[in-house]
Amino acid sequence: MRLRFIFSETFQGLRRNLTMTFAVIITVAVSLTLFGAGLLVRAQVDSMKDYWYDRVEVSIFLCGANSDAPSCSLGAVTPEVRGQIEAELNSLRPLVQEVYYESRDEAYQHFLEQFKDSPITQNVTAEALPESFRVKLSDPTKYEVIAAAFAGRPGVEQVQDQRQLLDRFFRLLNGLQLIALSVAVAMLVVTALLVINTIRVAAHSRRREVGIMRLVGASNFMIRMPFLLEAAVSAAIGGLIAVGAIVAGKVFLIDKVIAPSYQFTAFVGWEQVLWILPIVFLTGIVIAAIAAALTLRRYLKV
Amino acid sequence: MPIQQLRHLRLSRSGQHCGRGTLITFERVTKRYDKRNRPALQDISVDVQPGEFVFLVGASGSGKSTFLRLILREEKATAGKVIVAGRNVGSLSRWKVPGLRRGMGAVFQDFRLLQSKTVYQNVAFTLQVLGRKNSQIERAVPEVLDLVGLADKMQRYPDQLSGGEQQRVAIARAFVNRPPLLLADEPTGNLDPATSVGIMKLLDRINRVGTTVLMATHDAAIVDQMRKRVVELEAGRLMRDEARGVYGQDHQP
Repeated sequence: MRLRFIFSETFQGLRRNLTMTFAVIITVAVSLTLFGAGLLVRAQVDSMKDYWYDRVEVSIFLCGANSDAPSCSLGAVTPEVRGQIEAELNSLRPLVQEVYYESRDEAYQHFLEQFKDSPITQNVTAEALPESFRVKLSDPTKYEVIAAAFAGRPGVEQVQDQRQLLDRFFRLLNGLQLIALSVAVAMLVVTALLVINTIRVAAHSRRREVGIMRLVGASNFMIRMPFLLEAAVSAAIGGLIAVGAIVAGKVFLIDKVIAPSYQFTAFVGWEQVLWILPIVFLTGIVIAAIAAALTLRRYLKV
Repeated sequence: MPIQQLRHLRLSRSGQHCGRGTLITFERVTKRYDKRNRPALQDISVDVQPGEFVFLVGASGSGKSTFLRLILREEKATAGKVIVAGRNVGSLSRWKVPGLRRGMGAVFQDFRLLQSKTVYQNVAFTLQVLGRKNSQIERAVPEVLDLVGLADKMQRYPDQLSGGEQQRVAIARAFVNRPPLLLADEPTGNLDPATSVGIMKLLDRINRVGTTVLMATHDAAIVDQMRKRVVELEAGRLMRDEARGVYGQDHQP
């Protein structure tokens, strides 16, 4: 009985305040979608880090006949020098976990594999690609040790840390994530303000009812609950829209468009998306409810 | 929850009916709204016993409404104590205020009905916000509307009723919960004399079944006719407190 009364008051309020209800629903939906997108980018960065940091290597490219680095002034690397380098790498264990040699032909095969759909393969020959040592470190952050030992040494054209290349990419993604999250926070603040204003208007338009309820001894719960539920229901609808938008983004953007064209890496999976959805949904409701509760404390005193 | 509340209500009501003492006590009450002006009430001490009918008279601004608002805990006394049914109203914690108000009905000059609800719905509203069961509401509302003489107008809206009828609806709403105390602030202020008499008869009937009635008014004719206890305020001070009194000094026999 009590609940049915509260619900009927709530839906009357929602209907009477239809424009404000829509405004709240839309702002909640937009801000939560952005919030979810920010969280997804973060999950993406995390999953890429997991994926790539396991695979990153330090590459030591050896001089070819056409290398113009100063350390290559003696021309292409001789098998002797190559053997020395390999021996030294092996002496650096256990920091050096694995070493393998990639010859020109192997480099060419990998290159063909990687760019199999690209016309660039027609212009590249095995001669143009450098031979290299691929070194896997037990602690990928200690790249400096390898760089100090081999960079600039005769026969070595270049020492390249893939991790640094990746970090530049991750910084870009983190920047995107930061932008999405700041916009989302700003939107959530706007949402809270809008909820506060909506409740003020609703409390004003129902002041006679509220006055009578107070007079006959209605509890605070009974008086405030319809207002609180109004805000929560609007926020929940907005939250559902945001959840739908995020799921749609996963299905239509990530799975159908992005993932097929960038197969070299893993993209956020469903378990990460499913973990984000309830956070997004509840954030909306909690923010609306807190904003509503604070407003009600001010405007609907016993 | 409703059952518990009901039991609680019955306990407190029976307590008052047993005559456990005074229903309302004002103990040297002063109410000051702001520092510059004179207090709305100054050093007022009044006792009201259960079952009494008390007129609170005085000119506009004499403090009658403040007196009622202190009992309803719409305001708190600046100094002194207001005790209603054994509870110190001023020091009541906020979540206990609704419980206090459930023990009293209130009627005002401007009726305060909800225009969008029918007579029946207006009265039922009280019971709904208190969380009563439907079956209970369906029984209690027609009963009280019958008591105030509006049994045939339950489905009308307030704007289809005369002023006197609207005030009857307000009284029905205040009384449907059968509170032991009924507060009325100028209930006949907007009504013509003939209609006012009908309202007073109704309040008298409610008083006779044991409800304490405290009515603020400046309608001299009504006060003189009823010959009930009169408490007179003037500029916030207690001027007179007589059993079976009349309105003004010049009316005294």
